[in-house]
Amino acid sequence: MIPEIGQLALILALLLAIVQGTLPLLGAQRGIRAWMALSRPLAAGQFLFVAIAFLCLAWSFLTSDFSVLNVVNNSNSRLPAHYRIAASWGSHEGSILLWVLMLSLWMQAVSVFSRSLPREVLARVLSVMGLVSVGFLLFLLLTSNPFERLSPPAAEGNDLNPLLQDPGMVAHPPMLYMGYVGFSVAFAFAIAALLGGRLDATWARWSRPWTTAAWCFLTLGILIGSWWAYNELGWGGWWFWDPVENASFMPWLVGTALVHSLAVTEKRGAFRRWTVLLAICAFSLSLLGTFLVRSGVLTSVHAFATDPERGLFILVFLAIVIGGALLLFALRAPQVSGGGRFESISRESFLLANNVLLIVAAGSVLLGTLYPLVLDALSGGQTKISVGPPYFEAVFVPLMSPMVFLMGIGPVARWKQATLPELWTLLRWAFATSLVAAVLVPLVTGGGSWGLRLGLFLAFWILAATVVNIRERIRNFRGAVHERLAMQPRAWWGMILAHLGVAVFIAGVTVVGTYETERDVRMAVGDTVEMGGHVFRFDGTTEATGPNYRAARGTVTVLRDGREVLTLHPEKRTYNASGMAMTEAAISTGVLGDLYVSLGEPIDAQSWSVRVYHKPLVTWIWSGCVLMALGGLLALTDRRYRLRSTRQQRAAAVISPA
Amino acid sequence: MKARHKRGLLIASGVLVLAVAAGLVLSAFQKNLVFFFTPSQVVAREVPVGKPFRIGGMVAERSLQRERDGLTVRFVVTDTVKSVPVQYTGILPDLFKEGQGVVAQGKVGDDGVFVATEVLAKHDENYMPPEAAHAVEQAQNAQKTLIGN
Repeated sequence: MIPEIGQLALILALLLAIVQGTLPLLGAQRGIRAWMALSRPLAAGQFLFVAIAFLCLAWSFLTSDFSVLNVVNNSNSRLPAHYRIAASWGSHEGSILLWVLMLSLWMQAVSVFSRSLPREVLARVLSVMGLVSVGFLLFLLLTSNPFERLSPPAAEGNDLNPLLQDPGMVAHPPMLYMGYVGFSVAFAFAIAALLGGRLDATWARWSRPWTTAAWCFLTLGILIGSWWAYNELGWGGWWFWDPVENASFMPWLVGTALVHSLAVTEKRGAFRRWTVLLAICAFSLSLLGTFLVRSGVLTSVHAFATDPERGLFILVFLAIVIGGALLLFALRAPQVSGGGRFESISRESFLLANNVLLIVAAGSVLLGTLYPLVLDALSGGQTKISVGPPYFEAVFVPLMSPMVFLMGIGPVARWKQATLPELWTLLRWAFATSLVAAVLVPLVTGGGSWGLRLGLFLAFWILAATVVNIRERIRNFRGAVHERLAMQPRAWWGMILAHLGVAVFIAGVTVVGTYETERDVRMAVGDTVEMGGHVFRFDGTTEATGPNYRAARGTVTVLRDGREVLTLHPEKRTYNASGMAMTEAAISTGVLGDLYVSLGEPIDAQSWSVRVYHKPLVTWIWSGCVLMALGGLLALTDRRYRLRSTRQQRAAAVISPA
Repeated sequence: MKARHKRGLLIASGVLVLAVAAGLVLSAFQKNLVFFFTPSQVVAREVPVGKPFRIGGMVAERSLQRERDGLTVRFVVTDTVKSVPVQYTGILPDLFKEGQGVVAQGKVGDDGVFVATEVLAKHDENYMPPEAAHAVEQAQNAQKTLIGN
């Protein structure tokens, strides 16, 4: 019964979405108020029904209803409860339902928080989101029904892929999808502005917090995915340039460009067309990412059994959305005026340069990701190639380095017009300090490739330039230093925090890349291996049992200066339902570095192959991302946005008695 | 500066960035593209010498041998028609199994042994790496044609 309710709720949500995608839009074009007024109740109704459908699916998983095909394929009665719930989005069908749930959640959020928007704009925005929703609901109902019944019911489920049985599975997909789908709001605002012919600073101001919110979620989603891969795949890597990772990274790059471009449009009225185009691109890449990951064209943990029908559906949908949006852009953009003027040396121009570099970098990632697919398709499956990390590193680092360098200059440059001598005076000490630090640090720590020096320079440069920025910013205020600091708006602090996050991230990436050590060794009981000032002693394995697996549990004692400091327990699990083997690495996390041990396979009764890593500063990579996301969140709580909402309340209070 | 000049400057710098990016992409492609070959192609010596490439197929049953150091393994990758001996030092992925699909990246030596630097298995019990499936399909098609003639 429950699955049927879920199915019915989806159908009702589709019907509401169809109305929402058409009537308010037409109403806005023709000035029919009643039709426009429909958009908010329709969004609420849609959210309600999609939420019901999702809860029905989660319930089927939680209660292990093995008459539902999806549950049989992706769950098991012995699976712990939190993974049973997470398994709702572990399958293709469930993850698309999660996508739709996130979309309706964003729609509902827009409808709640944007009451002050002009009627036409809100109607158009919600309508555009409704149209996107129609596409995905149709996709669910026509090709990927999550509630399909199995008759007769199975006695037991096939279990969730053991790779997915990780805390990361609980958090990564919802976060990532919040980010992906969140760009649909920026997209809808852009389309609404193109339709309404009103593309100005006000539009940028409306669109900006939504974009920042989506960007924060996407940052967190990618970060959790990376951390998960590091923990679970047993290879000790944090980024593999896997096509699926690239699929989430491209919208992030374009989204980052969009966040900055929106700032210029809001503050200076410039870059209008460019910002609209970025908003369209960011969401298009989110859709492309969904297509790449969900259609099965890529080999990865995210890809499920290939179904050409599904791939075709998403491809056609993609063509309609992107093609339609770009066509509208081509028709309407020439009517948009250029906006604020600026000189070739100014904060605008630095932000523009950053934007261009980010987009070109995203383009090069896109090329590397799609090229093997295109070549495979063009050659009829005869030419198969793979593009690996060396390509992406060779292209990405030279493109991002100038971008990061400009990141130090942009925030201290004046709007409209700046001069090079003035910037040089401001930043020369920051420049010199970071240069010296980049030369000195490798002398102390040993080694020293140019990559290391470059990475250190960029990290120190952002740090030093940020200090200059803070000093300059508070110079014209009165009071004690901490008072002057406290006076600055949160949006500005958000930027500072996010930029420092980039510095921390770069430091982490550079140091791990240079100083990490990895060894695969054969270890008998009592054998030791020395690494990074630590001695690892293998003390053998014991049998262990988990809720749904058996494991060989190793004991590795870490000694420092002859004293035992730490005991690690890497496991080799065999999952009961699937018989699949899984390596569960044991990681000791520290601010200065991680110790990472994973079990390979038993070689004889006494010994195992063991992989040991020392990863200095690896947590800085994720900490940097956390800082970036926190920066975004801080910016979201800025007074401007809160003021606006109190104004809204006052306005609403004035209107309602009438 | 006049607006016209400024626009020219902007366009010129944009073109410059694109040109640099295109150069980077092309050179990186040239150096880092890894081609995929089937065991039949490797046996027929249709593969690049001294350059890394990928092979895919099935791990032949009962072919896995471990050297005395415990870390170097030898196995045979087959497309059901031709087979290539593979040598790899390191820890094999969890889902590496005899009789299952595998993809390996590395170089082939003069002795015809493929020395792998990386071994990729699938992520899921029911999932065959497309490259491995492709190799088997190609080999079987080729054999059918031979028998047909």
